[in-house]
This record gives sequence, C-alpha cells and structure tokens, in this order.
Amino acid sequence: MQVRIEHLTKKFGDAVAVSDFSMNFDDGKLVALLGPSGCGKSTTLNMLSGILPVTSGKIYFDDDDVTNTPPQDRGVGICFQNYALYPHMSVLENIAFPLEIKKVPKEERLAKAREMAKLVHVDMLLDRKPKELSGGQQQRVAIARALIKTPRLLLLDEPLSNLDARLRLEMREEIRRIQQETGVTTIFVTHDQEEAMSICDKIVLMKDGYLQQEDKPQTLYDDPHNLFVANFLGNPPINNLYGTIQNGRFVLEDGSASIKIDNPNAKEGEKVVMGIRAESVTISKSGDHDFEAVIKQRYTMGKEELAFLNIGNQVIRVYLSSDYTYDVGEKVFLNLRQKGVFLFDQETGERI
Amino acid sequence: MKGDNIKKFFIYFFLALGAIVMVFPFYWMISGALKTAAEYNSYPPVWVPSNWLNFDNFVRAFQKAPFQTYFLNSLLVTLCSVTLTGIVTILGAFAFSRLRFPGRELIFSFLLAFMMVPFEMMVITNYQTVTKMGIINTIPVLIVPFTTSIFYTYILKNFFDTIPDSLYYSARIDGASNWKYLWRIMVPIAKPSLVTIMLLNAISSWNSFLWTSMVINSDKYRTIPLGLFAFMTEGGSDPKLQLAASTVSVLPMIILFLFARKYIVNGVARGGLKG
Ligand SMILES: Nc1ncnc2c1ncn2[C@@H]1O[C@H](COP(=O)(O)OP(=O)(O)OP(=O)(O)O)[C@@H](O)[C@H]1O
Ligand SMILES: [Mg+2]
Repeated sequence: MQVRIEHLTKKFGDAVAVSDFSMNFDDGKLVALLGPSGCGKSTTLNMLSGILPVTSGKIYFDDDDVTNTPPQDRGVGICFQNYALYPHMSVLENIAFPLEIKKVPKEERLAKAREMAKLVHVDMLLDRKPKELSGGQQQRVAIARALIKTPRLLLLDEPLSNLDARLRLEMREEIRRIQQETGVTTIFVTHDQEEAMSICDKIVLMKDGYLQQEDKPQTLYDDPHNLFVANFLGNPPINNLYGTIQNGRFVLEDGSASIKIDNPNAKEGEKVVMGIRAESVTISKSGDHDFEAVIKQRYTMGKEELAFLNIGNQVIRVYLSSDYTYDVGEKVFLNLRQKGVFLFDQETGERI
Repeated sequence: MKGDNIKKFFIYFFLALGAIVMVFPFYWMISGALKTAAEYNSYPPVWVPSNWLNFDNFVRAFQKAPFQTYFLNSLLVTLCSVTLTGIVTILGAFAFSRLRFPGRELIFSFLLAFMMVPFEMMVITNYQTVTKMGIINTIPVLIVPFTTSIFYTYILKNFFDTIPDSLYYSARIDGASNWKYLWRIMVPIAKPSLVTIMLLNAISSWNSFLWTSMVINSDKYRTIPLGLFAFMTEGGSDPKLQLAASTVSVLPMIILFLFARKYIVNGVARGGLKG
C-alpha cells in the first residue's frame, strides 16, 4: 500500500512537533524516518497509526483519506519502542491477541500465531511469558503481533534502541528479512543513521518537525541538500571547514590556506562551510596539494587508521593511507576529491 | 563475627518475643475453647487442653445462639461487598487513570480530600440516607454504603497508572475497545493489587461492627461480630463458650490470612496505610 501525507502538521498547544510535512511512502518499501531526538518522528508515526489526531493536513492510504479514520480501522500494525507486550499472556497469546479481538476462532488464530512465530523465529518460546524473554526475543514477538492481522502498513518506533550493539546489528537484518518476506510497506523510526543507511530503501530525514531531505540512503550521503543532512549522515562525521569565497577560491577563516573551487553558484565574499567527507581526502608526503596540514592525533577504528589534522587553526579528520607511516607533529599534504566535498551557506546551511 | 552473632541473637530474641505476644491471645482463645470446665477453672492454669478434639463448648455455644445464621449473614455480606466494591473500584480506577474528561484531576483531588474525613463522622448522614432509602435493618444496608471506596480506588488507580500507555495504544490499534482493554489487559495485570484490595475489603467487611450495630436490630440479620457481642452481654456468662464463639468468628479470617498472607503484606506495605 502506498502512503501519502500532505502538509501534515501537529501542534501541542503552542509547540509545533511536526510542521507542513508532505511525503510519499512507496508500496512495499522499507523507509526510515530518521532524525535527532525530539524532531517529531514518533509524532508522525502516531498520526499515521491514528493514535494522535492531526492538527492539519491529510493522510492517504492508497486513495483513501484516512485522516479521521480511527486506529482500528486503518489496518496498521505497530511495534513500540518498549514492545508493549502484555505481561500476563504467553508469547502465543500475545501474538494471537489481534485476532482474538477480531473474534477469529481459537484454533484458527493459534495456528496463524504459530505461523507468525515461525516467521520471526520465536516458535520454540511460545509458552513463555514476556519477562522470560531477552530483549531481542521480545522484539520479535512484538513484530509478529504487529504482523498477524496482515496490516497494510507496518510501523516500527525505534524498535532496536533497547538492544545491545551486537543484537542490534542482528535484529536490523532480521527486520529487513521479515519486511522483504512479507512485502509489507514499512516505516521504521530511528535516530541511528547507520541503522537507517544499512537496511532501508529510503531515508526521510527530519529536524525540528521539518522534513530535511528524503531519498535513497546513498543519494542522501552523496548529495546532501544542506549542512544538517551532511552532518547527520556518515561515520566518521563529515569535516566542516569555515571560510569565505574570494576570487573564486575558498579561503580559510584565518587566511592560512585556500583552494580553487569551480562552483558557479558561489558568490564572491560569501561566508561558507566546506563539508569534506573523511574518505574524500588523500594524504601524501609530497607533490601537488590543496592544503598543508599537521598531524595532531592518530587513532584506529577497526582496521582503518584515522588522524585529526590541523589546517590553520581548524581541525579535520581523515583516513591515513597504509603506504606510509605518519608521525604526530609531521607536516603532510592533502588533496581533495571531487566527490564528497560540498559547499554550504554559513547562515542558512543550504547547499551552494 | 562475634558482634554479628550477638546482634543476630538480640534481633531474633525480640522478634520471638513480639511473635509470642501477638500469638498468645489467639492461642489462649483457641485452647480455652477446647478445655473442659475443670481444666478451665483450675489453678494454676492448665496451658494445654487434655483433649484437642473436645468440641463441647462449640456445640453448646451454637445451641444457645444462632451462630450459623450470623455466620451465613457475614459470609453473604462479605461476598457481596467484595464483589460489588471490586467492580465499582475497577471501573472508577479505570476512569481516573485512563479516560480523559474535563475536571478529572479536580474531581480526583476532591475525592482524596474526602478520604481524610473519618468514617465515624459520616455515620449520622449515612444513617439518615439509608433510613430514607428504607433499607434499614436488612442485609443490603450492610453492603450498599460501602460499594465505593476512595481508598481502594486510589490504590488501584495508582497501579493502573504504572501500566505503560503503549499497551493501551497497541490494543486500541488492534481494535480492542476500552471495555475489552480493561478486562482483558488491565485487570489481569493488576491482579496482585486487586487481590490485596479485595482481601482488605473482606477483612474490614467481616469485622465491621459500629455501622452494623446501628442499622441492624433484629437477630436474624446479625453478623458475626454483632452476634458475638450480643452473646457476651445477653446469653453466655460462661467464658468458655465465649471463647468458642470468638474462635468461630475469627477462623475464616485466619484461614484467609494464611492463604493470602503475601498479598496482604504487599498491599499494606505498598499502600503505606491500613485499609
Ligand atoms: N503529548 C505531548 N505534549 C506536548 N509536547 C509533545 C507531546 N508529545 C511530543 N511532544 C513534543 O513534540 C516534539 C516531537 O516529539 P516526538 O516524540 O515526535 O520526538 P521523536 O522524534 O520521536 O524523539 P525521540 O527520538 O526522542 O523519540 C518534542 O519536542 C516533544 O517534546
Ligand atoms: Mg520517539
């Protein structure tokens, strides 16, 4: 099912939680609703499920306007951050509960519940109570319960945030698998960019109730529309260098270095931020270069080696090549690639 | 180490002393009820009755006064009271915890304030009310005035408040009505709290005396405490029979307590107050 929202707005008193949000969620896709804490992700999700009434705007499921449809008639399955399992019911009863409400005969609903349990791999735990399950298992049960009435739309509100790092990796693959096996349109709320980048077909990035950008994860990474998007995605985070445009060159704030830019939109004298992805910098000991820098500190992350460098009085982080060894305090030369280097307006944060 | 042992010894010593002080009256009552006249009157006192199965005193007490009627009345009143109060409490607590209606907080604050008014102060107005209702000197008069309890509603509401909203929303999205959610999800989760409330209610209902003595004046509607009191003053000057009658009257509560000790202790500890 395709979900379309138009000019969706939610106010709590004077506080605006979601502002003029328009968006298409394509049929059968897994979409991440990404953003920092408090940006309105849960609010958006709750409006889609019908728990929260909208202040203004419209919600369409396919061609039906469901803006004022009560939650139980929308055909959505939801899985909350704390899983919201019923503590007094067994796993099997929990999963079967939505069908119990629909008055499906007992045999039939238990059979269906077993089937769902198998799908999410908890079929050996059917008689346990929720508190006898691990976080990951509880989460699977919650997903099974959300899926049992074959919802048209599956909503997951930070389903992984209570899990430890390892289980998180595992469960996000599971969510991807379950979503692909069932083909259900899914919206996945998270504030972890890596989670969103790794499993989703599309990322919708929000900030302070406003949509920032929505696109395929790679596109968002390669072509951010503003400084917030560029800063939010990627690990290590993108480097920010502050400076001004002078004579078609980007000049560092302290004037210590400059680089030629061929961006026709850059206006003379404009204060800008240059965003540079760590992997877009090549480091060398000699030859032609865009910047000179001094190695300040080195560290390793997995098999990669990174370093903080000083350019003038600003700091950037780059990958070190394994061809040479670099010492702290050593002077090195940096070259920038075309890809992964962006200019933003310092005031508005907009891409230039 | 040694200091620890001495400390332990004193703790256990005083606990044991306390236990003896608490249990001794019960022991004296039960053993007295089983003693023969000679044993009862002997000096120095006999501590242990010779025959633990000597039920003469019970039989004679039951012959002198209709304790079986008192007992059944008490049972009826207690069961009805627990059931009705339970239902009203559940519905009230649900409304205050889950439903949104204008003035909810204000109304609840008022109710809490009313809780400060001792029951004895409302006896007169309650008496006038039940007289107007025409139920004085009947069984319902022992039940109806107690169907709402602010204290129990307060305890249960507090428990309901601890159940996360997401359970409610989840159930609503699955199509459960408020009614269904209350009975299928909330009530089962709140079972420990509910059992505690019902037990406290059963105990207070079983032991209720002041109110009962005011509104009941015919023998056939007397409950156990009232019957016992009447028995002491009217019929039996024989203390052995009084002890036997007392034993019968507290027995159900003792049995209840033994089975449900955990819930009662929990409830009193959690509520921080006696019901
Ligand atoms: N019931 C409410 N009353 C008033 N303000 C609210 C309410 N619910 C949310 N808000 C506000 O709306 C904004 C968005 O909240 P929301 O819960 O959607 O954030 P979120 O993106 O889900 O954050 P998180 O990642 O922390 O869950 C926040 O500023 C929050 O304080
Ligand atoms: Mg949230």
